Amino acid sequence: MSESQPGDMRIDRFQLVDRIEQISTDPATVTTVARVPDDHSIFAGHFPGHPLLPGVLIGELMAQTSGFVLLVKNGFGRMPFLAAMKELNLRSFVVPGTVLECVARLVHEGSGYAVLDAEVRRAGETKRVADARLTFRITPFPNPTLETEMRGRAAEVGLVLDGKAVRLGAGGMR
Amino acid sequence: MASTFETVADIIAEVCDVPRDQIKPDSHVTQDLNVDSLNFLDAVFSIDQKFGITIPLEDWTQEVNEGKVRGSKYFVLTNFCAEVDRLVAAKKTAAAG
Repeated sequence: MSESQPGDMRIDRFQLVDRIEQISTDPATVTTVARVPDDHSIFAGHFPGHPLLPGVLIGELMAQTSGFVLLVKNGFGRMPFLAAMKELNLRSFVVPGTVLECVARLVHEGSGYAVLDAEVRRAGETKRVADARLTFRITPFPNPTLETEMRGRAAEVGLVLDGKAVRLGAGGMR
Repeated sequence: MASTFETVADIIAEVCDVPRDQIKPDSHVTQDLNVDSLNFLDAVFSIDQKFGITIPLEDWTQEVNEGKVRGSKYFVLTNFCAEVDRLVAAKKTAAAG
């Protein structure tokens, strides 16, 4: 059974965001795009004869999109770690090949933590597939390796880092 | 109008699932009320929102962890509420200035 193809969410690396489509401020918001692979070993078990993207991965897509909101806001200077996901609603099935769009919006940035709302739709549709409220702890990067990797990941999803300033590039690099 | 303590105690009771009658002005949030750090974060979020402030939780935690102050300075409710009042007053002063 094949694994993720270029342009798909990279389930094996737990990198679910394919690219960042839009970033905006006030409130800080990021829109990401992620395509569910047509075929993947995960569908052998979830579920045999009825392949569906697991709800935990839809939740993780919202978490990673929310993480980008905070990373963009703080110029990739500190690392957000997921602390809580509340009211996770999975409103419809997501099948292989679906292109998903995820929007995460900052609700409140506190001292060392932040709260965001996120939702997922099929690209081009208005009906929500899933939504949740997420809380993150925000800490200094625990080591230089992670900081370097996250900065590399920024380029992969289409961001350009210029010191503390972060902007959307012309296109994501995979 | 409810006092700061009453408002904070109501929030902790609701968000952290602590019986309201157990929450006293001299209660230490974590030691007496057994509120864990994640539940406390939820309560701080609600308090930040309710009072329109940003409680400097990171700085407080760092001061306590580094042994510069005792935890009771910030995390006994009467002291916590005094800090909330101070932050609200500072915000009003900044807005007026």
